Amino acid sequence: MFAYARPEGLSETFALLDAEPEARLLAGGTDLLVGVRKGNVISPLLIDLKRVAELASGISEVDGALRIGANTVLTEVINDRRVQETYPALVAAARVVGSIQIRNRATLVGNLCNASPAADTAPPLLVFGAILELAGPDSRRRVSFADFVTGPGRTLLERGELVTAVELPLPADPVGSAFQRMTRRRGVDLATVNLACAVTSGGVTRFAFGAVGPRAIVVADGTGMLADSKTDPVEVDALIRRMTAEATPISNVRASREYRQAMLLVLSRRALESARERLAEARRGG
Amino acid sequence: MAAETMAVTLVVNGRTRALEVAVHRTLLDVLRDELGLTGSKECCAEGECGACTVLVDGDGINACLVLAVEADGSSVTTIEGLGVDGRLSRLQDAFLAAGGVQCGFCIPGMVMSAEALLARQARATPAEIREALSGNLCRCGGYNQICAAVAAACSGEGHEAEEER
Repeated sequence: MFAYARPEGLSETFALLDAEPEARLLAGGTDLLVGVRKGNVISPLLIDLKRVAELASGISEVDGALRIGANTVLTEVINDRRVQETYPALVAAARVVGSIQIRNRATLVGNLCNASPAADTAPPLLVFGAILELAGPDSRRRVSFADFVTGPGRTLLERGELVTAVELPLPADPVGSAFQRMTRRRGVDLATVNLACAVTSGGVTRFAFGAVGPRAIVVADGTGMLADSKTDPVEVDALIRRMTAEATPISNVRASREYRQAMLLVLSRRALESARERLAEARRGG
Repeated sequence: MAAETMAVTLVVNGRTRALEVAVHRTLLDVLRDELGLTGSKECCAEGECGACTVLVDGDGINACLVLAVEADGSSVTTIEGLGVDGRLSRLQDAFLAAGGVQCGFCIPGMVMSAEALLARQARATPAEIREALSGNLCRCGGYNQICAAVAAACSGEGHEAEEER
């Protein structure tokens, strides 16, 4: 059994965390409560963050970025017009996390803090250069999401520290992006491989690969070759292979190492094509 | 302030209920065991099957994954809240008319997910209906009749049946 606390502000939250270092933070609870029920998570205190004013849900434009508050659930991210227009890869990824019931409850920030190597929202946030706002009892800092996850279930968060929001930098010029994933069945499954691709107006192509290593990784091509739809497909494949070489997939119940590597190439091609098309559309003003 | 039990107020199917609940109990536990609303089912207890689907402030959620204390102050609609004066809702009627119910265990959750869909949009395509029900599993495999029932409710067929009575 556990105790339950429902703070209304950050200072109260930090005091609770200080008094009970083994406390766990509860946002959507779609992973935490399953863990608690199965006995995989044993904690004397759950601190419910949903009424903490500083973590309020909501998506707002702040200093050239779109800021997503820690309590914002995935359904809100999916339905936000600005996210749909600027970060389609994030919408596509958020749409396949769990089921509708899960997405009505699970938060984007919770998905990131859970630090699953297969988290669907991680690859899009990596290609968009997302920043996380962190707060502790005596500190505020901003860290790149690329540095935040350090391994399966592990993050940069210090004891007593939490994530207050995600910031997505708003690009000055159009960016085309796409998300692809492979699952064993069509819906409501964990990813065997997932990835995001973003192509900037300046010709930089970024890929982020998930479920093929201890954490999702991001790689970039600055040559302009991948961004150019006239590049020979054989050359495109060679470039993508060089980028996917940094992935270190394992064999497990969902797929073998070799299959994951083969699918990385196939899904990367598809994502690149779709990202290029979206960029071309955006530049035509579509 | 940590506590083993907590006072919560829920508006369940339109009726305000003030309860003292153990903090570890789920919303599903409290609905079933304390309020006697056993329409919502516990099946997988890990958010995979959707048998416990209820609406919290209008959104379909898995009641097995929400602590009752988290729902404090919320408005909850369960399958028992759909009918009026002992008469089934149009959607429930459509499930009967289409033969959507086999063993019946998944049906309350299916109906609640469909209810959430129809509350958002009056018309839905077959693809939208399947997407809306994708978080609900039916072990009998009766998906075609279930989707047909929701489609009929969308097109107003169930409504006509209701008016004929």
